[in-house]
Amino acid sequence: MAEKKGLLKRLAEGQVWTSIFRGGGVPKSRRQRMMVVLNSVFLHLHPVRLPKHAVKLKFTWCMGGLSFFLFLILTISGILLMFYYRPTIEYAYTDIIDLAEQVPFGIMREIHRWGAHAMVITVWLHMFRVFMTGSYKPPREFNWAIGVILLLLTLLLSFTGYLLPWDQLAIWAITVGSNMARATPFIGSEGPGAALLAIGDINFVTMSSDIRFALLGGRFLGEATLLRFYVLHCIGLPFIIMIFMAVHFWRIRKDGGISTPV
Amino acid sequence: MSELNEEKQSVTVPPASPPPAALGKTDDGSQVTRRTFFSWLSIGWIAFVAATGGFFTMMLRFFFPNVLFEPVQTFRAGFPEDYQVGEVDLRWKSKYGTWIVRNGEGIYALSTTCTHLGCTPNWLTAEQKFKCPCHGSGFRKTGINFEGPAPRPLERYRIVLSDDGQIIVDKTKKYQQEKGQWGDPEAFLKV
Repeated sequence: MAEKKGLLKRLAEGQVWTSIFRGGGVPKSRRQRMMVVLNSVFLHLHPVRLPKHAVKLKFTWCMGGLSFFLFLILTISGILLMFYYRPTIEYAYTDIIDLAEQVPFGIMREIHRWGAHAMVITVWLHMFRVFMTGSYKPPREFNWAIGVILLLLTLLLSFTGYLLPWDQLAIWAITVGSNMARATPFIGSEGPGAALLAIGDINFVTMSSDIRFALLGGRFLGEATLLRFYVLHCIGLPFIIMIFMAVHFWRIRKDGGISTPV
Repeated sequence: MSELNEEKQSVTVPPASPPPAALGKTDDGSQVTRRTFFSWLSIGWIAFVAATGGFFTMMLRFFFPNVLFEPVQTFRAGFPEDYQVGEVDLRWKSKYGTWIVRNGEGIYALSTTCTHLGCTPNWLTAEQKFKCPCHGSGFRKTGINFEGPAPRPLERYRIVLSDDGQIIVDKTKKYQQEKGQWGDPEAFLKV
């Protein structure tokens, strides 16, 4: 009499399972186990095998992983906040208060806020760790450059999110911060070289046409700025940072894995 | 070298060996030569790059609005008699970002933008100074900086009288003390 197959085994060999998980069946050899990882869109970002030393906490501090974890927390909590928050001068400030006082589990905004602070810290510490372990050296120098872009995008996400509560701190912090854009070379109205882009008395880079104007959507911080920063914070910058994150994670694996000397 | 040979062949003598099938005769019998193929390929690429470049230019321009929903840059500020001698007038501060100050000789319009990082200072009557809440810069009633991190005095706006005797403040023209522009006739309205 043939041995009766268990339920799990029958499931693993059935059409549903094998159609979802390419390669199918229960992996029996090392090769098959490897193929399971390679054939899954989610698992394949991760290396197939990890050397024991590579995951030592004292090598990695787990700061890259923590940064990504915080990014996921921020994405989820941020999407939830978008269900209540309205980016207009009339509602922005009171909606933030509502999120704390009236919306169920009033901590969602705090999770987002503290998560954001934590992510800035972990990204900086990640950079510090990479520097201290010399992980910017070839063949990882390109991934270091990608990492610097990710740091910049993290700070920009932080900066754009700063304005959204629309309180005194937000308005003046962004006023001061965006005033720095005036000093951008050539494309900032008070930056070096801006005066060169003129014909006679007509200046082309003015307070109404420079890079700060494009950022604020006006000459001064106002309703247009709030909307611009909202769109950048919720759609524009996350979209860009996800592209760079995908390249960053993929290159970690391709350049010799985390913290393995190459 | 080989390109030259092929060109010669296609123009003068029939090719010794038949051309590759993909570049051979088309359905209507016309010959697609290597040269025609690359001409069309170039035209295609140029069109693609031009269209993409045009769209990116549009995208860039899209971020510069034509109409601003902001207070106008030039406004009428009433008659000189509306302002008391020796007082800093706050009535245009929140809407137009301007202090109107009258002294014994005349009237000037001060910008409310702190020259340090762009916050708005407060006029403290008791201490007779402008004090910025952000980083503590202080300015005299004239606009001259005397404490805190502000590197230069507050700016003054162009101030003139209109035909009906009202004060016009024009914020598009600024006068900076450190450039010696406060002596300009339109930086100060003699009353």
